[in-house]
Amino acid sequence: MEPAAVNTSRQGSQGGYRSNTNSMVQNQNQEMRKKYCRFKKSGIKHIDYKDPKFLLKFVNDQGKILPRRLTGTSLKYQRKLSTAIKRARHLALLPFTTDGLK
Amino acid sequence: MYETTFIVSPDLSEEGYKGEVEKFLKLMKDHNSEILNTEYWGLRKLAYPINRKTSGYYVYIEFAAPGPFVQKLEQEYHYDESIIRFLTVRLDKHAVAYNIKRREQGFGQRSETVTAPEINS
Repeated sequence: MEPAAVNTSRQGSQGGYRSNTNSMVQNQNQEMRKKYCRFKKSGIKHIDYKDPKFLLKFVNDQGKILPRRLTGTSLKYQRKLSTAIKRARHLALLPFTTDGLK
Repeated sequence: MYETTFIVSPDLSEEGYKGEVEKFLKLMKDHNSEILNTEYWGLRKLAYPINRKTSGYYVYIEFAAPGPFVQKLEQEYHYDESIIRFLTVRLDKHAVAYNIKRREQGFGQRSETVTAPEINS
């Protein structure tokens, strides 16, 4: 009886621990779920370099291109995005470097 | 299918700017190219100064032309001193689809061109 009780209590504690880890995993999942490739999701096939307002979402306040790990953009579209931003910079639609872009 | 955007020096007048565009449109027509769309974005502020200029007239032209013409066009851009920046891009199938949609929507999509002079050519 006694060991069984101990066992159950331990299981209970383990369960509690596990549920904790589960919630942590869920939290991580939620953070990961926030990230998605917005080009894939909204079906944008072509990234227009002539639209600086849109491209502004993918650069930081210094005008640097944000990495994929922050924006969640898929590799295919990150490549297109970077060429679009570079073209926009060439045409002076986006700055190469600035402080306080946003 | 190509698209080209260039920036005309703000030192020119409005007339000079239009003349400059006409010149390139004529050049395109003379070389068997079909002009699909022309957009005058008007005087815009540059994101950074180019040749100590902080603004410029933007022009955007879509055209279909034989490949070697692009080289010729860019050469002309180089010769022309009032062109301060240009970019010519070949369009892939997605870009072509995008541009057709863009043309249908027209200028209304771009809020910053509301102040730009609207020229129907």
